[in-house]
Amino acid sequence: MRASVRRLLRSAWPPALVFAVLVLAWDLIANAVHASLSLPGPWYVVTGSWRDRGDLAAAMWVTTEEALLGIALAVLCAVILALAVDWSRAVRRSIYPLMVLSQTIPLIALAPVVVIWFGFGPAPKIAIVALFTFFAVAVGTIQGLGSADPDTMSLLRTMGASRAQILWRVRIPSALPQFFTGLKVGVTFSYVAAIFAEYVGATQGLGYYMSTANQYFNTELVFGAVIVSALLTLALFGLVVALERAVIRWRPPAQVNARW
Amino acid sequence: MVTQRRAGARLEVRALSKTFELEGQEPLLTLDGVDLVAAPGEFVAVIGPSGCGKTTLFQILAGLESPSSGEVVIDGRHAENQLGACAFMPQRDGLLAWRRTIDNVTIGLELAGVRRQAARERAAPLLERFGLGGFESAWPWQLSGGMRQRAAFLRTVLLGKPAMLLDEPFGALDGITRSELQLWLLEVWSEVGSTVMLITHDVSEAVFLADRVYVMTPRPGSVAASLAIELPRPRTLELAESPEFGAHEARLRELLRTPRAAAIHADRA
Repeated sequence: MRASVRRLLRSAWPPALVFAVLVLAWDLIANAVHASLSLPGPWYVVTGSWRDRGDLAAAMWVTTEEALLGIALAVLCAVILALAVDWSRAVRRSIYPLMVLSQTIPLIALAPVVVIWFGFGPAPKIAIVALFTFFAVAVGTIQGLGSADPDTMSLLRTMGASRAQILWRVRIPSALPQFFTGLKVGVTFSYVAAIFAEYVGATQGLGYYMSTANQYFNTELVFGAVIVSALLTLALFGLVVALERAVIRWRPPAQVNARW
Repeated sequence: MVTQRRAGARLEVRALSKTFELEGQEPLLTLDGVDLVAAPGEFVAVIGPSGCGKTTLFQILAGLESPSSGEVVIDGRHAENQLGACAFMPQRDGLLAWRRTIDNVTIGLELAGVRRQAARERAAPLLERFGLGGFESAWPWQLSGGMRQRAAFLRTVLLGKPAMLLDEPFGALDGITRSELQLWLLEVWSEVGSTVMLITHDVSEAVFLADRVYVMTPRPGSVAASLAIELPRPRTLELAESPEFGAHEARLRELLRTPRAAAIHADRA
């Protein structure tokens, strides 16, 4: 444990240093231009947001809920679809191309329509988060299921294994690493998607908070909300990494580190 | 005693041929009238140049491929296209990376509907005998090459079939580990009593392990010759140094060098 903490610290300091330099540069430029409206300095952003922490936290929770529910919906749909595509050649041939085609639709243009369909509540936000997250998880899972070793499956067949037994004992465990890779990509879109959906039409949440702050020229609050959403995305990513490690316990340590 | 001793099966392959029909290509004749017999409890080795169809032969015996013509008979019953008639140990160990040793060796029992707890109880006392004591909850990557093969072999033995097919089980191991495992395999086999058919490309391994060695021709594979190994059991490392052993090896190498000629010779005899 202590070794892993040390390793984390060792790998964390270079980006931390670069980050510190960037913040310092931001501070210097903000002081030089001296225009708190268009470019508030980092200190001003932190103190201003802290003063407004009640509203910010409330907005944060709303958006977090939308993001998490959207991810859950996306994972559910993606896994069911991936299993169907993997199980049946007919489904693969009919659905998979359509799925890829669906990714060419500009979701940004679709968002206002989704709001018209589902109203101003959380439903359209959850739907948009799910739309943004779904594809990465579905593709990862489909590829993962397909990556199962054919020799191993043949071996199980010689032991009399049924298709369902092979799915459960070989294909699904083989799919887990790529499922998690897809999920990691997917969750990085989730907050952005939720905030974007709130921009289109909402009465609460981080997107609504940002657009309102913008209208009142509270630029520091906009910056604060941006930082908060970045931190939340990072936390969510870390959560998925932790979940992955808890679920996939069978990999050698070197491989786990390399996959980070 | 490793596990309940059971009578080995009589394994017969009669006039077995296999042609692969690939789209847009000439049909590929891989096996051409293979005849093999393994008596109950006999240890038979099949040796031949690479590409002679040994692996295809085993896939047919394991039920993974169907023959184009000919038949497989196990204890008098037809067993073409029959999965699960023999216990099969593939070239690569086939251990599932996400299962600990104990769950890897019991997977056959589990698939057959034995409850996990009961399967573990049946396997647990054997782990020690298979050199896996203390490693029951290790992941496959934590095992050495030799241990992985022993685990794969235990998985094969636990299937409880009267015939075992071993496809170059020690091919990927270093020389020292390999000869250790050969000795150990013979010990275990003498306790289990099942019929064994082994694919190998190693002449000494074939002579050391088998009662009878079948030599195959290059593709299309057929049996060029069969050589009885009349060496006493239990086989020891000293025996491997003896002139009789060397004579068997020399004979086998000669048959491998000129398999076609040997086949013609055998036909005339």
